[in-house]
Amino acid sequence: MAGEKDKLTIVMFSGDLDHALAGFTLATTAASMGMEVSMFFTYWGLNIIKKNEGKIRSKGLMRKMLNFMNRGGSKRLKLSRFNMFGLGTWMMKKLMKDVNYPSLDEMVAMAQEMGVKLVPCSTTCSVMGISEEDAFREHIASLAGAAFFLNEARESKITLFI
Amino acid sequence: MKADKTLDCVGLYCPMPIVKTSEKFKELKPGEILEVIADDKGIKKDMPAWCQTTGHECLGIEEEDGEIKVYVKKTH
Repeated sequence: MAGEKDKLTIVMFSGDLDHALAGFTLATTAASMGMEVSMFFTYWGLNIIKKNEGKIRSKGLMRKMLNFMNRGGSKRLKLSRFNMFGLGTWMMKKLMKDVNYPSLDEMVAMAQEMGVKLVPCSTTCSVMGISEEDAFREHIASLAGAAFFLNEARESKITLFI
Repeated sequence: MKADKTLDCVGLYCPMPIVKTSEKFKELKPGEILEVIADDKGIKKDMPAWCQTTGHECLGIEEEDGEIKVYVKKTH
């Protein structure tokens, strides 16, 4: 039986900007509280850790189309509400910048510096044709599946689904 | 209260004051006191909670003209 550690595990399911910010706010805070943190990215959440620059290659017409429409990258994410063709997201980013709030990109980099583990889900990567080699930003952990997540969650005091 | 080091977090919002405090704590020796100056009201609840989890000691909170000063002692 695995014991409970001072550990936080988060499933990042959503690829919305606001959800991502909430997740990384908790992850960086937990890391600064001395907790071990892992974040498991699946479905639209994978968009958060996709690289912002360059092309993402994939095989097959449908996967190519999916990755074209669902490009992702921390700088391309939109608000879950009031996006208003990008105007709402632009305004929210401006409001945050005005009060010196870090951008999502900076939050992800900060989390990585603090030792937060970022793990992409292997199944959704295969289904959606996202290749581990060229789709993600730097220093992402290798792909893992549900058993890995559940094992992490089993020994965590806190598990969240965002 | 007399502090060994000061951390200016004025204009920063959650989670930045806590994140910066934990970074700054690496420079402190056990027994030293850090003064954190902030204007985000959340710090009044957040710093004692951070101390409870990390085992450091929150010595006191002073508030004047919207500026909040928190004194934290590094215990280990």
